Amino acid sequence: MTMPYYSIGEIHTLLVSRETSAEALCRDYLERIEKINPEINAYITTDPDGALNAARAVDRLLAAGEDLHPLAGVPAIIKDNICTRMLRTTCGSRILGQFVPPYSATVVERVNAVHGVILGKGNMDEFGMGSSNENSAFGPARNPWDPTRVTGGSSGGPAAAVAANIAVWGLGSDTGGSIRTPASFCGVVGMKPTYGRVSRYGLVAYASSLDQIGPFAASVEDVAIAMNCISGYDPADSTSARTSVPDFCAGLKKGVRGLKIGLPREYFGEGIRPEVSAAVMAAAAKLSDQGAECTEISLPHTEYALAAYYIIAPAEASSNLARYDGVSYGSRIDGDDIIAMSCKTRSRLFGMEVQRRIMLGTYVLSSGYYDAYYLRALKIRRLIKGDFDRAFASVDAIIAPVVPDVAFRIGEKTDDPLTMYMTDVCTIPVNMAGLPSLAIPCGLVDGLPVGLQIIGRPMAEAEILQIGHCAEQIIGFAGIANKTKAGAL
Amino acid sequence: MNKWEMVIGLEVHSELKTRSKIFCGCSTRFGSSPNSNICPVCLGLPGVLPVLNQKVLEFAIKAGLALNCRIAAHSKFDRKNYYYPDLPKNYQISQYDLPIAENGWLDVEVGDGIKRIGITRIHMEEDAGKLVHAGSTITSSSHSLVDYNRTGVPLIEIVSEPDLRSPEEARAYLEKLKAILEYIEVSDCKMEEGSLRCDANISLRRHGQTKFGIKTEIKNLTSFRAVQRGLEYEAGRQQTILDEGGVIEQETRSWDEEKGVTVLLRGKEHAHDYRYLPDPDLVPLEIDRQWVEELKKQLPELPSARKQRYIEQMGLSDYDAGVLTASRATADYFEQVLAAGASPKGAANWVTVELAGKLNQSGLTISQSPVPAAQLAQLLKLIDDRVISGKIAKDVFARMWQTGKEPEQIIREEGLTQISDDDSLRQMVEQVISQHPQTVADFHAGKEKAVGFLVGQIMKLSRGKANPEIVNRMLREKLLEG
Ligand SMILES: [Zn+2]
Repeated sequence: MTMPYYSIGEIHTLLVSRETSAEALCRDYLERIEKINPEINAYITTDPDGALNAARAVDRLLAAGEDLHPLAGVPAIIKDNICTRMLRTTCGSRILGQFVPPYSATVVERVNAVHGVILGKGNMDEFGMGSSNENSAFGPARNPWDPTRVTGGSSGGPAAAVAANIAVWGLGSDTGGSIRTPASFCGVVGMKPTYGRVSRYGLVAYASSLDQIGPFAASVEDVAIAMNCISGYDPADSTSARTSVPDFCAGLKKGVRGLKIGLPREYFGEGIRPEVSAAVMAAAAKLSDQGAECTEISLPHTEYALAAYYIIAPAEASSNLARYDGVSYGSRIDGDDIIAMSCKTRSRLFGMEVQRRIMLGTYVLSSGYYDAYYLRALKIRRLIKGDFDRAFASVDAIIAPVVPDVAFRIGEKTDDPLTMYMTDVCTIPVNMAGLPSLAIPCGLVDGLPVGLQIIGRPMAEAEILQIGHCAEQIIGFAGIANKTKAGAL
Repeated sequence: MNKWEMVIGLEVHSELKTRSKIFCGCSTRFGSSPNSNICPVCLGLPGVLPVLNQKVLEFAIKAGLALNCRIAAHSKFDRKNYYYPDLPKNYQISQYDLPIAENGWLDVEVGDGIKRIGITRIHMEEDAGKLVHAGSTITSSSHSLVDYNRTGVPLIEIVSEPDLRSPEEARAYLEKLKAILEYIEVSDCKMEEGSLRCDANISLRRHGQTKFGIKTEIKNLTSFRAVQRGLEYEAGRQQTILDEGGVIEQETRSWDEEKGVTVLLRGKEHAHDYRYLPDPDLVPLEIDRQWVEELKKQLPELPSARKQRYIEQMGLSDYDAGVLTASRATADYFEQVLAAGASPKGAANWVTVELAGKLNQSGLTISQSPVPAAQLAQLLKLIDDRVISGKIAKDVFARMWQTGKEPEQIIREEGLTQISDDDSLRQMVEQVISQHPQTVADFHAGKEKAVGFLVGQIMKLSRGKANPEIVNRMLREKLLEG
């Protein structure tokens, strides 16, 4: 069956006007998943019973005449590193292949509180370590625009599900580009919020100082609606910000007149495919037509970000992933004694990329190497933050490509980790600086989507959503509706 | 040891007696059934995050202040990474380069004098769980069980400078430290329950030498006695090696209480590389100076000050003042007895001798004493008022201990009032003098002991109820009358 790409607002209207029921909508989406997911592999686990129960609850509220949150009854996909109580949460890893958390992440509690409908858990690179979703123990997610191509990663499942319309919106996590890269490759909108804007409680940690949960949807407005639901201080997360949360939908239509937008020259040069640069530049030019003031800026330490990231993130990961030892939860491979058991469990159940990063991280934290690697990487991180601070003294937002190229073919880069790491060269600095960034589609190259990102000041999600919304209206991106192969099914 | 000088430093882990754990809301209660005080956070399940219990910070700062430390303005938590199955995350949240308190000291009484022992640092950390092996060790057992109740119980680690020079000094330091932590009510310091644990570093060097020798670390010292014995043994072991021209290996050894020896746990080549890193899940601590000042004001009078006050203001002996102030509970009890009207000397004597003896016999702590301070004060008043003699008071005290009755009731019921009236006493004096002519003769021959014997006879005759002072005076008068 075909299914129109309803926006969250349209679904809300359909439900409130009783043109359809939440249960019927949920059943339609579950049916679509059954049909489309085998090709796209966006879902690792589906939860038809949980979803239908949540949908029926929405219908009861409607029958009782209750006011509904815009997300009530709207089918969603949650990346599989976000804990869902009593629903398997694998992190795309064999080591947690059977792990069923006894608790839900704060963001999941928030979605449940507004009666969202969680269809299932989204595919991902194991523990978030990857840029293509190929490092999943459950097989790669496939790009709905061309299933021989990657979705981008690590949150490939949620991005592909939204692109293929087997979820209306989704939650992912972004440590070095894991929301923005798949959003760009799959032609959907994805936001990495400011570090601390959204609670990390219940997000299985990869690199704690960089990880941040954020939404995917087909439009900026839908992302704003999702942001309204998931943002805010959480006493269970010491790193979550006590800053008040504005209504992210309120200023969407304010336009860009008078806003200063910086185009960092380091993001448009070598290593970036010219057609990608051109698409982003063209979008910037259209924003100028709307009254924005675009200027070239410089973020001089950009070139060091990737190297520093591959020290800081693995260092934290080596510690964060130490707990998967087969002792008290997760899968285990028995050995002659405790040491053999843990060694076998970890070396056989973690994938190669995860093991590579654990070794890297263990190495850079070792005595004698700490100062040379980890401390220097932290210094670079401060320099990168400084670059952005200086830039934001003169501009309101920064626009740059998300990924240097369009989605590549599955298997094309798996033998060469360094080339693969280059995928994140434009996204990593944002995580290093803890800033918000919104990825939106801005055109097609070779018939595949290209994304741009709008980077904002800390806690300035409302501003970049406002710019994103304006851009979305004027860019004339062909859109995902009926454009992706799977979506047309 | 004459040729060698011991250099000892102690690392003391003390459990803080907060009601909940350091990074989650679970109870810290000791003795609950295994794995009953646990939650996703202290189990280190995927995705959980720690949130610091403010009380832990408060207690650690109090300990720092009581130990004369500088309290950090900026502090943070770090991860200490090592694999052990009692550690659910395989890292311990601890503090590395910015501990909460540094550069303190503690005055310890050693021999005749007072010695100032440096405190290097105090840091906060979480405790690990408890392993129960089916066999004797983790690798030789068919299986091991883990109890996570203790996981996440707050600890402070107090590291001393290598200022201690003998096992006795080490023990005295430890006892003083325990007293202070109890005084400021941040820890129960029960070594038997593991709420106070001690690792010791020891090396030898020639007297006069300033350079330190190679040290060994002794673990598993589970009592004050074990600390002293373990250090004595290890000093002897090192001395034998050095005397034979050998070299000490830098290693970690474990005290075997039963065999009375230290055994090798791991050599230097197996020393852990903890790969410390700042814990990204916890925000750095900015310590408010004003809060620290407030906590300073809240600190109770510490043992040394209290002892000094007892000596200077109450005229107690150094020894009595020391015994009374060794634990806060004892000193508090003593002061309650005073508050109820007793004199310091009488109260000191009764608390340190009679009460302490009874408590010792029955294995009770002073806070569990069946005789409340107010009742002991009543008993002392009865002695002062000469209603009963000190000797009878001991019997009355024994009855109070047994029955919980007030002293006056016991005296009334058992007819124990002291005989102070002159007539009946004079009669008894005369009777005893006439019955013991030889003793009387001995007295006149200059044997002072004879008086004691005769007083004893009178006390016997009165069944202990005679007022010994009056008897003594009357007897001497009578004897000298001739
Ligand atoms: Zn807990």
